[in-house]
Amino acid sequence: MRDTGGFKVYRAVVLTVLGLFVLLPLYVMVTSSLKPLSDVQGAFTWWPSNLTLDPFTDMWKTVPLARYFVNSTIVSVAATVCSVAIAILAAFAVSRFRFRGRTVFTTTVLSTQMFPGVLFLLPLFLIFVNITNSTGLQLVGTRLGLIITYLTFSLPFSIWMLAGYFDSIPRELDEAALVDGCGPIGALFRVVLPAARPGVIAVAIYSFMTAWGEVLFASVMTTEANRTLSVGLRQYSTQTNIYWNQIMAAALVVSIPVVIGFLLAQRHFVAGMTAGAVK
Amino acid sequence: MASATVTEEAPVSPTASKPSGKRGLDRRPGLSRKLPYLLLAPAVLLELLIHIVPMLVGIWMSFVKLTRAFIANWAAAPSAGLNNYRVAVDFDGAVGQGLLKSFGVTIAFSLITLALAWGLGMAAAVALQPPFRGRSVVRTLFLVPYALPAYAGILTWNFMLQRDTGAVNHILVENLGLSTDRPFWLIGGNALVSLITVAVWKLWPFAFLTLMAGLQSIPRDIYEAAAVDGAGTVRQWRNITLPALRPVNLVLVLVLFLWTFSDFNTPYVLFGTAQPPAGDLITFHIYNASFLTWNFGSGAAMSVLLLIFLMIVTGAYLIITGRRSRRA
Repeated sequence: MRDTGGFKVYRAVVLTVLGLFVLLPLYVMVTSSLKPLSDVQGAFTWWPSNLTLDPFTDMWKTVPLARYFVNSTIVSVAATVCSVAIAILAAFAVSRFRFRGRTVFTTTVLSTQMFPGVLFLLPLFLIFVNITNSTGLQLVGTRLGLIITYLTFSLPFSIWMLAGYFDSIPRELDEAALVDGCGPIGALFRVVLPAARPGVIAVAIYSFMTAWGEVLFASVMTTEANRTLSVGLRQYSTQTNIYWNQIMAAALVVSIPVVIGFLLAQRHFVAGMTAGAVK
Repeated sequence: MASATVTEEAPVSPTASKPSGKRGLDRRPGLSRKLPYLLLAPAVLLELLIHIVPMLVGIWMSFVKLTRAFIANWAAAPSAGLNNYRVAVDFDGAVGQGLLKSFGVTIAFSLITLALAWGLGMAAAVALQPPFRGRSVVRTLFLVPYALPAYAGILTWNFMLQRDTGAVNHILVENLGLSTDRPFWLIGGNALVSLITVAVWKLWPFAFLTLMAGLQSIPRDIYEAAAVDGAGTVRQWRNITLPALRPVNLVLVLVLFLWTFSDFNTPYVLFGTAQPPAGDLITFHIYNASFLTWNFGSGAAMSVLLLIFLMIVTGAYLIITGRRSRRA
């Protein structure tokens, strides 16, 4: 199968077709972000008539993009940190202990993965309103509400993946840590966690991407003050104009953090997927 | 896995009284009995708050007349009995008809998207299996659509699918001359084609990533032995690659189906709030049905029906493929 002529032709065809499919939107995104408004309002052109960087400066003024950026960063980072920490503890319990309710826990947590978001959007909204009414803790329209919501979105997958990862770390290492005088938590932090670092990086990326890209809850649960990028980018469409060049510039800029993070840690992500999702 | 001897020698648990099959950390008495529950507590609490309780509330909502008037004081909403469900499955009525049609669109959407995403992922994973110069560059490039935030990628497609100013019609009409008039892509009958294209673009890298990881676990010498025996490329793929990937595929196909069936982002960002009938995916349909008519009880009933459907599909799939759960 390997390096025969037929395979090389097959490979060339697949790489060309898929390469074009993948690249076309990326090309349009980048070149349109360098066009003046008149260009994107007229017929499509492959190359800007007037190469300009204005969309990248104007986009901060047309909508309060900087504020959305800060909101998205705070929400995503907080959700990631909390989600990873909680997933580590839960995955450690699932991987290292046999206890009553373990199967119920893993099954329930995993099956929440398959529930569509619309299913609990409104009930969650009502519950948040009730919590606010009874405790005064503002959850709707605040970053806290989004953080709590998002961290649970990535939690099931993170627990599953990390538990798979922890399983692949020999228990003899735990034993050795115990011999050296560590408690169970010590064994987690000194032995299991360092050995599972690629898995931890993978779930951290996954959590961050989930929070950074979420659309539905962000559109219902936010107000102007704490709006995130996923909703904020829609504000470039006004009654009179759609600033496509600025939308593309903004889309490009908001994609950079996740894409770079993902690509840098891509190998860990693949390794984590293999350990947790595939085996 | 044979760590029993090591466990026996561990002197840390002076009261290691239970000589059960438990190993290592699990053998420590006292603390460790409570410890797993303490470790799980944050995850359980949050899952309850964000997933389980809202679901139960959602089920309750489906049995009441929860209209706009009762949002502020929702506990006081009057009972509707089974009426919300009756309306949802009354396929002669407007609500039931809409739901049934949207269900059909969603089935078509998710099966076609699943097939294409899997097919492209498999084609690319096989093509990239043997090393060649530039392989890691190609692999990285292929993963970009998956790494992009959903709205950034879908907004770009929205721009490309604009009738008069979009790149797609420019390529089809001006560059390739395939059509003389410029078709609409975001309204009318083509909406489903647009949805599938965008969803496949976004999703196929995930299939590619998973299948590539699966392919790495197949020993190379099996292929060499098969080649010596005279098996061609296609036979090697059918008799070695596919069977070896079976466990990967079982998970992948289910996950792809559940994701596409529950997809909300693609129609929401691609079409805005006015979805064309040809691209009326079910999650979006329920969202609109709830918020346009402000009848949340009815929306909740549809959501419960959707959930029951997904559970039946998942259950049937797991039974058929004989994989109940990772550690059942």
